[in-house]
Amino acid sequence: MLDVSSAKTRDARLDALLLYQEVNEFNAAYAAALDEQRLIDWVEMFTEDAFYVVISRENADHGLPVGLIYCDSKRMIHDRAFALEKTTMFAPRYLRHIIGNLQVLGEAPDGAIRARANYVLIQVLYDRPEAKLHQVGAYHDVFRRVDGALKLAERRCIYDSLLIDNALCLPV
Amino acid sequence: MSANISQIEPRTDVEKVRGPIENTVLFDRQYVWPGDLTEIPDWVYTDENVYRREVERIFHGPTWNYVGLEAELPNPGDFIRSHVGPTSVVVTRAKDGSINVVENRCVHRAAEFCRELSGNVNEFICPYHQWTYDLKGNLIGVPFRRGVGGKGGMPKSFNLAEHGLRRLNVTSHRGVVFASYRDDMESFADYLGPEVLREFEATFDGRKLKVLGHYRHSLPGNWKLYHENLKDPYHATLLHTFLVTFGLLVAGNRSLMLTDKSGRHGVMASAKSETKNIGAAEKKEMRAYKEGMALRETRFMDFVQEFDSPWSVTMSTIWPNLIVQREMNTLGIRQIVPNGPDEFIMKWTMFGFEGDDDEMTRHRLRQGNLMGPAGFLGLEDNEAMKFVQDGMRRVPDKHHLVKLDPATEAGTSDTLISEAAIRAMYKHWRQEMGV
Repeated sequence: MLDVSSAKTRDARLDALLLYQEVNEFNAAYAAALDEQRLIDWVEMFTEDAFYVVISRENADHGLPVGLIYCDSKRMIHDRAFALEKTTMFAPRYLRHIIGNLQVLGEAPDGAIRARANYVLIQVLYDRPEAKLHQVGAYHDVFRRVDGALKLAERRCIYDSLLIDNALCLPV
Repeated sequence: MSANISQIEPRTDVEKVRGPIENTVLFDRQYVWPGDLTEIPDWVYTDENVYRREVERIFHGPTWNYVGLEAELPNPGDFIRSHVGPTSVVVTRAKDGSINVVENRCVHRAAEFCRELSGNVNEFICPYHQWTYDLKGNLIGVPFRRGVGGKGGMPKSFNLAEHGLRRLNVTSHRGVVFASYRDDMESFADYLGPEVLREFEATFDGRKLKVLGHYRHSLPGNWKLYHENLKDPYHATLLHTFLVTFGLLVAGNRSLMLTDKSGRHGVMASAKSETKNIGAAEKKEMRAYKEGMALRETRFMDFVQEFDSPWSVTMSTIWPNLIVQREMNTLGIRQIVPNGPDEFIMKWTMFGFEGDDDEMTRHRLRQGNLMGPAGFLGLEDNEAMKFVQDGMRRVPDKHHLVKLDPATEAGTSDTLISEAAIRAMYKHWRQEMGV
């Protein structure tokens, strides 16, 4: 039986709560950067060796590696942001990333924090009346601390909405 | 009436439910091609009757339709869901090793019985009334066929052997599987013609394919726009800043826009060059060119020469539903599934080869960022096609221009500033459609 009154247990529970809150705040800041299309700020949320992939549940379930977006370094995440800002043509749009159901799954001795959360991406085009549910999925994350701050070492965005409406123009 | 005016029968169910005035309007609709091939009428892309005739005469007509890769069906009992035109089909590997393509439609009450995208089964059982089919589509079981207690059941004369699933004609070339509603099809090699076949075999060079994954997306445009986009090398240097900036394709690169003799197939091909070799005058024309831009991950644009071909990029449009993408080392199949005149679905199958080491696979995956529904180039094409369909739907009964490169009326051209391959496709399309 867990003795909730012991100081040791209470400290551990408070640590877990603080970490949970920290990851939650990270995800809110992440969503805000993407919603405001501040892509260079988004890049800075990753570690140098980060892995970022947006992959269908179909591929993930079958162990197939192809991603809509596939970046195996922060350099590639930067190139994605740079290309979208400077070279890519797509119709203007508003996006809302809603992140919820966060679970912090554990902290390894080396400091890696595993977490997952569900996400919903809602897209509004200027000439269409509806706010469309553009993508639904889950983040499978590994965080690490760099100079004390949380950064994403890995974010695998596994999406359920297999049939994409035309294009995914901005990251999730 | 002149030869370029044609009547397309309106759909009979519409006739029945609509009043006589609308009936007359439907019957009076005339499909008039405005002059020569350099102008295309918008109804080619937006009209329901035209679309219905395309399904009949093209997708269900004398064509080889891509349905899957043999690599997706390595074992007996393996199946994938696929499409021929808008029609749902199941591609199976039977116990004898043969590949079969059957309509995904129970002969009893027409239910689309197969719902999984892929899997492995011994037989197909329609979930509605459990009519059962073997992997070749033969009907092998009807529950309560003789009724219960001497009452009910199927007529005595009902012969299972006469009621299998609709089976399609199947062919396979270098591991790529095609199906046809017609049994009198020419061979696949003859269907492509020698020049397009050579490019097909440069990509499918005999190495065993390894599937790396899929993308699926729906596009709010007419399916032919996808072919046209890849028979339009002109757009590539103008729309795709990314491509131009990093030297993958620029006006003046060695390139070819090939078509087969019939005009239905095409290959857009180019050889990569360094941007420092571009002249100042050409840079000025290419508004997309931006000096001084650089990628941080330089490996991304590396081209590992692995093909017996002078081209670093080829995009093959195989009529009517297949695109083969060889964009340096990112390789993919794109399957067109039309869904009415204003929408189609694309299913992508990205692949490498057995024997690729981990680094080569990673390289293909990294380079995959160029294409697909989130690709630097791919998403731009999707957006552009949507803009075109919007333009056609919202200003009805107009036509638009494909006049570039008048020196080539229709067919192969060695300049990128050409629409001769689009004209060649419409020469063929009009013949097949009778318009």
